[in-house]
Amino acid sequence: MAAQHRATATGTGRSLARSRPRYGEAAIKVVLMLAALVSVATTLAIVAALAEPTIEFFATVSIAEFFGSTTWGPLFNPPSFGVWPIIVGTLEVTVIAMIVAVPLGLASAIYLSEYATPRVRKIFKPVLEVLAGVPTVVFGFFALVFVTPLLQQIFPFLNLEPRNALSAGLLVGIMIIPIIASMAEDSMAAVPNGLREGSYALGASKMLTSVRVVVPAAFSGIVAAVILAFSRAAGETMIVVLAAGAKPVFTVNPANEMATMASFIASAGSGDLPVGSIGYKTIFAVGALLFILTFAMNWISARLVQKYREVYD
Amino acid sequence: MALLSTPRSAVQLASKGRPLKEHLFRVALLSSLAIALGFLAALIFYVVQEGWPRLDSMLWENQPSIRRPETSGIQSSILGTLWIIGLTILMALPTGILAAIYLEEYADKTKWYNRLIDLNISNLAAVPSIVYGILGLGIIARWMSFGFTIMTGAITISLLVLPIVIISAREAIKAVPPSIREGSLALGATEWQTIWRQVLPASVPGIATGSILALSRAIGEAAPFLMLGAATFIRFNPEGVWSSFSVLPLQIYGFITRPQAEYAVLAAAAIVILLGILLLMNSVAIWLRNRYQKRW
Repeated sequence: MAAQHRATATGTGRSLARSRPRYGEAAIKVVLMLAALVSVATTLAIVAALAEPTIEFFATVSIAEFFGSTTWGPLFNPPSFGVWPIIVGTLEVTVIAMIVAVPLGLASAIYLSEYATPRVRKIFKPVLEVLAGVPTVVFGFFALVFVTPLLQQIFPFLNLEPRNALSAGLLVGIMIIPIIASMAEDSMAAVPNGLREGSYALGASKMLTSVRVVVPAAFSGIVAAVILAFSRAAGETMIVVLAAGAKPVFTVNPANEMATMASFIASAGSGDLPVGSIGYKTIFAVGALLFILTFAMNWISARLVQKYREVYD
Repeated sequence: MALLSTPRSAVQLASKGRPLKEHLFRVALLSSLAIALGFLAALIFYVVQEGWPRLDSMLWENQPSIRRPETSGIQSSILGTLWIIGLTILMALPTGILAAIYLEEYADKTKWYNRLIDLNISNLAAVPSIVYGILGLGIIARWMSFGFTIMTGAITISLLVLPIVIISAREAIKAVPPSIREGSLALGATEWQTIWRQVLPASVPGIATGSILALSRAIGEAAPFLMLGAATFIRFNPEGVWSSFSVLPLQIYGFITRPQAEYAVLAAAAIVILLGILLLMNSVAIWLRNRYQKRW
């Protein structure tokens, strides 16, 4: 009786849910989901491509040798498998790049978000996008034929080799400025205006408001940008191959030629290594190391972005 | 008297000219931006100046040569790049846009697998391109036995730009206000009719902008091709998807690594062509965004 009553109250008494299933709509949903799953399959394929040769590699070379010695020459005779020279090389290029990119990128972001008029922003942002779109092989060329000779002229006491970590690091730094600038600007733009107005009302100047209010409020987004840029720098290949070379020297002197993980993979991979040889497997082992390193950093960065979105949406 | 002076002190709250520190800070911010952009200007100026002597018709009419830099061209790699981009448009754009529709319109964000797909895509967008080269080498070229062909290169590059296409298409779809969807559903349209007739047409400019930027990334990539056996001095044009090939950035790399000085000029000339194509694509993307993007 009560049910009857409720039915008449809703009008016709029929449920609002569709009366027969729509197979077409369901099929479309499945197709769309499959497209989304391609990205998951890509990750699995990368892991699959890396896993088997890497496991075989560590069957021949002990982990103790890989992480315990400091000579890297897997393609030499006799081969040596101490991975530290290319890890140190990677860190060196990345640190130089971050020294260039973090201040310049953050300052650009603060300017674009807090100071620039909409008109100025409309001009500068596309130009930054163009900078982000310059192919890295072009940066590598520029480093090799222009930046290194220029640095050799201005700073002769540095004794820069024709290929060196310094100009590679500088150019990788320029390459990642747009990443830091645009991601940091996004997170600063997401800071609610109420915080700025509150700061002005307390008598703070524009600079104080930017530095003490907006930057701290956008901090997790800025950190995410910096981590992502770090991971891009660590994986950069063409600039390093061209400007810094691929000679694995265990040194921290940025004037010297050196190799990074990515430049080792590129130079060994472009040669004709026989499939199944220890040199061929080394490419995959180093690739696995690079993948794990960048994947971990990207994960942290993505989590930070998610977290800060939850705060201000 | 005291009452009268109150408005006066209120006036004093307005700034009496900016203090020097404020001014310097602004100048420092602006010059940081200027350094990055000035660098871009210097780079473009330098390659145009260096490449000018070889920006002639031989560049696109001739094939690359190891012996004669003065008449060497880049025809095979221009065509190789066109093949790769054509196939990437066919593979990456539909997949990416469909995936974006699923994630924005259908996926229940409270379900763990949808969150996993989400996180996975932002991770993939930042995986180094050389790692995609390893994927292409290990899985597509060897395991699937596609060899070192255009097909292998195109699949690898498609997978590389897929996350970028998905992320930008999602932004464009997200920008369509829910009221449009609710209106359509209220008039009795099904979910897919709503997406196909309302949401997609409204988000086409945004999707196109993002896709063009993703494709310009694909055109500039060299590192994955180093792993895929793409040669740098190919003297014949690609004939189909199973041909061996070279692409423009890799050809440039090949020129740079030759010792003779003439090849540096040739590299600069090829870079001018490459940057020209990319600037054109960027301008189209920016124009599309400014012309068609609606503020709802």
